[in-house]
Amino acid sequence: MVLADELAKQQRSISVAEFFEKNKHLLGFDSPTRGVITTIKEAVDNALDACEEAQVLPDIYISIKKTGPEIFRIIVEDNGPGIVPAQVPFVFGKLLYGSRFHQIRQTRGQQGIGISAAVLYAQLTSGLPTVIISRTGAKEPAYKFEIQIKIETNEPDIISQQPFEWDRIHGTRVQIEFKSTMSAKKKLLEYFKYTSVVNPHARFRVELDDESFTFERVSQEVIACPVAIQPHPHGIEFGQLKRMAAASDEKLIDFLVNGFSRVGKKTAQEMCDKSRLRQTTKVKGLSAEELKNLLAAMQSVSVPAPPTTQCLSPIGEELIRRGLDKEFQMDFVSARTRPSSVYSGHPFVVEAAIGYGGRLPPDGNATILRFANRVPLMYQQGACAITECVSNVNWKSYNISQQGLPLGPVLILVHVASTNVPFTSESKDAVASIPEIEKEIVLALQELGRELKTFLSRRDRNKLAEDRARAVCAVIPEIAVKVSEIVEKPVVDTTPIEGRLMKKLIAKKWTRDGKVTIEANNYTGSDIEISVYDISTDNAADANTPPAFSTAMDGQFTKVWKMAIKKQTVWRVSYTGKGGGMLDIRGIEDNKMMVVDLDV
Amino acid sequence: MSKEELDARSMKALMAIASAWYDQMKAGDIPSISLPTRTKYNIEYDDASEVWKYGDKESLRTAATAKSATHLLKMAYVIGFVKQQLIENRSSTLREMYYISEGWKRAKFGAQDESNFLVEDLEIISEVPREGFHLRPEENGASIYGPMRIREPTRRGLKLIHCQDDVGSAGYSIPNNVENLELVDHDAKFVIAMETGGMYDRLIENGFDEEHNAILLHLKGQPARSTRRLLNRISLTWNLPILVFTDGDPWSYRIYASVAYGAIKSAHMSELLATPKAQFLGLQPSDIRDYNLPSDKLSDKDVEALNAELTDPRFATEYWKKQINLQLELGLKSEQQAFAARGLDFVTKKYLPARLSEMGVI
Repeated sequence: MVLADELAKQQRSISVAEFFEKNKHLLGFDSPTRGVITTIKEAVDNALDACEEAQVLPDIYISIKKTGPEIFRIIVEDNGPGIVPAQVPFVFGKLLYGSRFHQIRQTRGQQGIGISAAVLYAQLTSGLPTVIISRTGAKEPAYKFEIQIKIETNEPDIISQQPFEWDRIHGTRVQIEFKSTMSAKKKLLEYFKYTSVVNPHARFRVELDDESFTFERVSQEVIACPVAIQPHPHGIEFGQLKRMAAASDEKLIDFLVNGFSRVGKKTAQEMCDKSRLRQTTKVKGLSAEELKNLLAAMQSVSVPAPPTTQCLSPIGEELIRRGLDKEFQMDFVSARTRPSSVYSGHPFVVEAAIGYGGRLPPDGNATILRFANRVPLMYQQGACAITECVSNVNWKSYNISQQGLPLGPVLILVHVASTNVPFTSESKDAVASIPEIEKEIVLALQELGRELKTFLSRRDRNKLAEDRARAVCAVIPEIAVKVSEIVEKPVVDTTPIEGRLMKKLIAKKWTRDGKVTIEANNYTGSDIEISVYDISTDNAADANTPPAFSTAMDGQFTKVWKMAIKKQTVWRVSYTGKGGGMLDIRGIEDNKMMVVDLDV
Repeated sequence: MSKEELDARSMKALMAIASAWYDQMKAGDIPSISLPTRTKYNIEYDDASEVWKYGDKESLRTAATAKSATHLLKMAYVIGFVKQQLIENRSSTLREMYYISEGWKRAKFGAQDESNFLVEDLEIISEVPREGFHLRPEENGASIYGPMRIREPTRRGLKLIHCQDDVGSAGYSIPNNVENLELVDHDAKFVIAMETGGMYDRLIENGFDEEHNAILLHLKGQPARSTRRLLNRISLTWNLPILVFTDGDPWSYRIYASVAYGAIKSAHMSELLATPKAQFLGLQPSDIRDYNLPSDKLSDKDVEALNAELTDPRFATEYWKKQINLQLELGLKSEQQAFAARGLDFVTKKYLPARLSEMGVI
């Protein structure tokens, strides 16, 4: 027997499922910890996409529970439109089966790999089938399935299928059990936090073992579901053209006009002329050589960019701001949605936001939130074009320190939405470098950087004024006491310095020997009427001027005094207490007053 | 100046500062104080005293920001503290004052450097050395060994000490305050001040002091004030050549500069601390070349420091320009103990005699 025959015995086709069994990393299942995140991510993506299509506000419940040594049960339940029973086995039990692969519009899931890969992963690690309950409407019964994948053939293996009593009217529930650990809990919570930021219309309830978290929605508006568009002549490849041609009964010219976006009669004629094909030829009969010429012609003729508004669904500046405000308490947030644009025939839009201060960590690299089609990208930050763009912006010119990435209490969000987000790999962790997209990201970040700079310089000015007030109101009086003691003279009164410098209403609060004193000096040129709000743990029951009213909440007392202070006079109140808390003055413009807590 | 005179002068000067602040505040002004700028860009050569002193650049410290106000507050607390010390006739170390400041609330020092710097500020403003504030440095002085006699007032009475016969093999320890030290007499031809203890011990062990009638002094790195003050007094009282022998690297040249010209940090006291007649013996960059000494490559920091020295007015002489440029060219530095590569006697038998006669000292 010749060697080729010998080898031929070993040559056989490989099922997709077999391929992925050996290449789990390609789908984000390279480690047990990552498996949890990838599974939840895929299930949540599907749930959100489904709710969007059904135009319902997503309410998604996620539960992760340990059921055995190293075995975790993951449940994701949504209130989406449900899946008809006949389709369920294919959606979950067959790799590369999906509704969105052939559509040209912005969706989270694309290839129909994600959730079935999780099913495969479960059967490989725990041996347990995946349980799916789905119901499509009030009149339909719910069905419960137990499904696995036949690895050799990539076909669903239905272990059981029966009607099920379910209290939900419509929706889908997936239960997957596989081997994992919860060491990535922090990352998981980050994933929900980030997902919630870019899906402000969704509510997530999460149960992690015994803890529960709720990520509330901030918007009650259902987001418009992006509408599919025809492929653009510049964004099409040979295989797709061949498939479209084979399925068409039309003449070439009509095929071009009807099958592609932005192609009119004139453009179609030009394409026919260039490829030296007759306009009336049936496309079905074109040879591969002719199709190749046609494709070249289609891509050389100039065609307007594809329509972007209907097939893309940017989050919008207002909602990004609200989403960020909800999850991160920051001093400054600004967002930018760039005009939509096109790369190789694929429409895309870039959105970005910058947050500063508040509870962000004050040191170290900026927090970078990367999103593609409303899905957070959790891994491979370093390999992502978004990260590179962030590093390429000169942050120092916006008064932000930088070592590659910007440093300090900065949050940067970048969302790339496209009918075809260019990822570096199938695990969809990093956006590939596409010059058109990178340019838009940099432009968005630069616009935001300028806004941040304005905010920072205004803040610095305020800080300077506050610093001065602190020096004058707190430190100089102490210098006066010490110096007077040294020269053995009566304590020099420093209020004239205060008045001369500040020309404002200056409210001070200090605590000495268990006595709290609040003083308001009117150094302005006019008589004023103000309210003093003093919020602290003291009830001020023995105040020498009783407050106009006082309320208690959670052990905090809000005392309010109302008074008129003539120009160049002082109002003062004191009571027994520990001080601290907050002092606020109302009834006068902010730039005409200064509040100083001398105890700080 | 007697101790009583110094105390009185110090009290008067400090009270003047406090009174000025009191008057400023009384007039409704923000208290302030002006100080010479203490950087290398503000030191000038004083022809009369032949030392480098602060120039006219002044910076005004006004209590208009929280930081400057706090600085003034700290200064006020130090003045108050010194006043109390003068009244009670007590003294303390700079470190003790740093700890005492723990109780000064807002005026508390963040670090020892801060209090040291502030005391130097006060010396400059009041023109009184810190001894007048009854503040002592932590650092102990270095050691000296050679044919000379001094008289030191100690807690056990006045002691006459011969710095070879009456001391151990490590020499006489220079006290913190050398103002009251009396230089009695000597039988020396010159003084060699050395950077490292290793070289100091080598010269003592090899009997260099006896053979050449030399006074040997260990600088202990960047020399303390009392060490520099003693060199200054030896130079003025006995008119002996002072030779500085350090490693051959940019940091060591700064040791020489602070002995000869005064340190930037204490330029206000250069007249008392600097010894303008001090000469640089070595290790010269040309020695590295001529004696082919074991050496290390210059680091980036070294090169930076050498370049900084080229713009330092204290190094603006032909000799130093030549040597520094030569070193940059060689890209090398050597330690003074590298002479050991040629044998332990090489430095005392060959290098020093040759170098000293070249300098016209022997």
